[in-house]
Amino acid sequence: METISIDVASLNLPALLPMAILTLGALGLICVDLVVKGLNRSFLTMITILFILLDLGAVIGYNGPSRAFFDVLLVDGIALIAQVIILVASAIFLPLSLSHRHFREFEMAEFYALFMFMIVGFQCMVVSDNLILIFIGLETSSLALYTMIAMHNRAKAFEAAIKYFTMGALAAGFYALSALIFYAMTGSVEIYQIEQALQARNFEPLVGILAGTIFMLGALGFKLSLVPSHTWTPDVYEGSSAPLAGYMAVVPKIAGFVVAMRLFEMLVYSGVVWLEHILYAAVVLTMTLANITALVQEDVKRMLAFSSISHAGFMMAAILIGTTQSNTALFLYWTLFMFTNLGAFTILWIVRHRKNLWDERYQHPYTKFSGLVKLMPATATIMGIFMFALAGMPPFSVFWGKLYLISAAINSEYIYLAVIIALNSAIAVYYYMKLAVYMFLKEPVMADATLYATNASTPLKVIVGVAVMITVFAIVFVEPLLEILTKYVSASGF
Amino acid sequence: MEHILSLLVFFPAMAGLLGFLVAKESIRAYGISVSVIEFCLSLILWIGFDSTNAGYQFVEYYAFIPSYGMSYYLGVDGISLFLVVLSTFITMIALIGLSIEKDIKNLIISVLFLEMTMVGVFLILDVIWFYAFWELSLVPMLYIIGAWGGEKRMYAAVKFFLYTFAGSVLMLVGILYMGFLYYEATGIWSFALPDWYLLQVPFKAQLWLFGAFFLGFAIKVPMFPFHTWLPYAHGQAPTIGSVILAAVLLKMGSYGFVRFSLPLFPDATVYFLIPVAIICIIMVIYAAMIAYAQEDMKQVIAYSSISHMGIVILGTFAMNAEGITGSIFLMLSHGIVSGALFMLVGVIYDRRHTKMIRDFGGLAQVMPNFATVYGIMLMASVGLPLTVGFVGEFLSLVGFYRISWILTLLAGTGIILGAVYMLVLYKKSFFGQVVHEENRSLKDLNAKELSALIPLVLLVAILGIYPKPLLSTIDMSVQKMLVLMDQKAIEPATNELIMKANSIGGTH
Repeated sequence: METISIDVASLNLPALLPMAILTLGALGLICVDLVVKGLNRSFLTMITILFILLDLGAVIGYNGPSRAFFDVLLVDGIALIAQVIILVASAIFLPLSLSHRHFREFEMAEFYALFMFMIVGFQCMVVSDNLILIFIGLETSSLALYTMIAMHNRAKAFEAAIKYFTMGALAAGFYALSALIFYAMTGSVEIYQIEQALQARNFEPLVGILAGTIFMLGALGFKLSLVPSHTWTPDVYEGSSAPLAGYMAVVPKIAGFVVAMRLFEMLVYSGVVWLEHILYAAVVLTMTLANITALVQEDVKRMLAFSSISHAGFMMAAILIGTTQSNTALFLYWTLFMFTNLGAFTILWIVRHRKNLWDERYQHPYTKFSGLVKLMPATATIMGIFMFALAGMPPFSVFWGKLYLISAAINSEYIYLAVIIALNSAIAVYYYMKLAVYMFLKEPVMADATLYATNASTPLKVIVGVAVMITVFAIVFVEPLLEILTKYVSASGF
Repeated sequence: MEHILSLLVFFPAMAGLLGFLVAKESIRAYGISVSVIEFCLSLILWIGFDSTNAGYQFVEYYAFIPSYGMSYYLGVDGISLFLVVLSTFITMIALIGLSIEKDIKNLIISVLFLEMTMVGVFLILDVIWFYAFWELSLVPMLYIIGAWGGEKRMYAAVKFFLYTFAGSVLMLVGILYMGFLYYEATGIWSFALPDWYLLQVPFKAQLWLFGAFFLGFAIKVPMFPFHTWLPYAHGQAPTIGSVILAAVLLKMGSYGFVRFSLPLFPDATVYFLIPVAIICIIMVIYAAMIAYAQEDMKQVIAYSSISHMGIVILGTFAMNAEGITGSIFLMLSHGIVSGALFMLVGVIYDRRHTKMIRDFGGLAQVMPNFATVYGIMLMASVGLPLTVGFVGEFLSLVGFYRISWILTLLAGTGIILGAVYMLVLYKKSFFGQVVHEENRSLKDLNAKELSALIPLVLLVAILGIYPKPLLSTIDMSVQKMLVLMDQKAIEPATNELIMKANSIGGTH
């Protein structure tokens, strides 16, 4: 047998450094926890944030070739942007563990180790165009996430975790099937090689590609909560703690978007018309159905869950359009959305009360927020700003993303899509405004302001402050952000 | 004078922010002071305005998001100047006449923010910013109607918000499409309105874009059949909300037609001229008939607003200097008159806590001053010559007469119907014997109300007798716009119509 000799330099190991840092960090944390008992959550949080920052440094500092490790890794512009978004979002979501009241999961070192493993999983998804590594990343992150949800230790949390797990297992099956079909047709698991092979055979046989696409749409659609595989989202968000729910609305999706971008843009550009039609239908249904369902929700968290599905639909529209501008719009939108969404969920976390005083069924019914402006004017005003920002009210953050996205749609002659996005924004404004109406126009149900502040703490207030600043003054960041994003997106050929 | 426009836009917002720190006892005085200063600023603008220059003056331009062509671009011309003055004036008058005590601090801060958005809409020349101000104006109004309104205030506030928002998101698509067309034609991104004016838009695109902008503006005006939010909003809003809504916010829509639809899409304007005119006629007659059938005094005035806005839009679409100048003047006069009428309804509502006409009767005996002011405003609303209402209405109709005499005749019946419902209203509530005992002890206008209403009465008389200083300034900018429209029209039919509309018996 021939000996395999590989030059270590050709492996380009520095490309693995970001993932290695967090993996080592997580393993180290577990070891430390074995030796030292009773570490405080503030220590755990801060040490995790430090590891994330180190990781961020490694990501930004990397300037080697884009291919690494037997061509499995692909560190291109969108991988870089996505990693930065993932890491920054993780670093600012994590301090939400330092709430006034103590929760069991945040006292355990395992939570933080899992958190780091999860980030490693997301990073693997975005820095690769190898279907197998993406699969590993997907599963690593999902398994970590299931466990973290269950660690919230409420009946609803177990239900959420199990629901997420079973649905996730199905999606994993879909993914494996799809990868298998593509492999069978092309003999490769690398997306760019699949593309070449498919082009060489002129996208025949269609049945195979159709099956592969449908399974992939099912699998990624689950991660991105596209209709019709979105049904888990509201229940899982409701069952998880507010920080995790907010996190889930942003970070796993950005990883999913990057994978979808790599895969579907290849498929849409194949020139096979019905591939585009399938995606078009999925996009429109996701935006519209989620919006309409959000209208009738009675719980703010569930409303935010459905609205985040609708936002994900907007993002899939960007992928469908598939121009540099639309891909840039995706990242711009998601960056701005991240901060606003973070703010909204942090406020839910702050007003969390141990008992369901307002409604038997829901933790955050709309009635809970009645007349909040009379009890806590600052909180109500800030939450109002977040709601109007999410609705796409100028000049707040999400508006600029939406503006750029609609413009991208128009510039590529997707006029109807642009109109559908616009109409959906008009529908969406109703349920966001509903909360504002409750907060500002109704009379308080319980005239005790302290009920709303049992979980407030300085770190949480600081996070809300940062989020509201970025939301209100987004106008200032848009230009530089757009410049950077355009540069990286166009550099990686999207 | 360098940055007076920025100052005008952001002074009320700054004052609003600082207002959070003002104690509740003095907030009313604070609000009035701020609005007086703002009004003085707008007067300084008027004094400094060169009324021989038809272009934009006091221009401020800063590139803002240059890679996407957005800029911070302010400028004022004859069309927008008086609307700005009207906004600051009405805000001041409304605050002086304010009689609400509950949560007054929040109310005054909202009004100040609303003032920023109103002035911003009229002064901004960058279309994205225009959209931003346009949308932002909804939030304070939502709060004002929803928090201080009547029984069904939430329904009214939400309906108002949703209608206007839905219209304007489609306008946003239109704006972005227009930006794209500009980019395709020139290779540069720009959302500056003066740049857009120079672009000839293909005819088919014009039709779509006209439609998109039309929806946004028509809902705001409100034009038939999108008018259903208005009676609710007026019926439920507190006095200050109704005053500002009727006097200024509705004008944003009609201003949009003058500023955007006509000069950007001249061919589409001509193409849709007759359908739009028919909608206007329906508004004029139908709303007048509904107004006649109302039992609530405030609803009568609300529907009369719709009726008058019909004539405003009709004048705008006359495509000649008389019509457009007249319609802008009518916007101003309707602002003054409807603002005053809503304020008068507020006065009687504060005393009697009812707006039903049947609860009044014989008020002229108990409240002579009130009846006099009410009578003057009523006459101005009907369009009696030598009042402010006559000038604009007459010019708008004269302007449209050149397009179609028959439609003008139909619109003219609106004036007669207006006289009918207004005089009936006046007869039922002010003349005759005092039927209800409660009405005997009503107090006449107090000093606060008089100080808010007398300036309005003076304006009605002065501008009714001598409107020339306003008209000549407006006319100059309108002429310039018409020349522009004539130059950029693609279809020969458009040029023909503009020619026909602007010539009297063969002279041009």
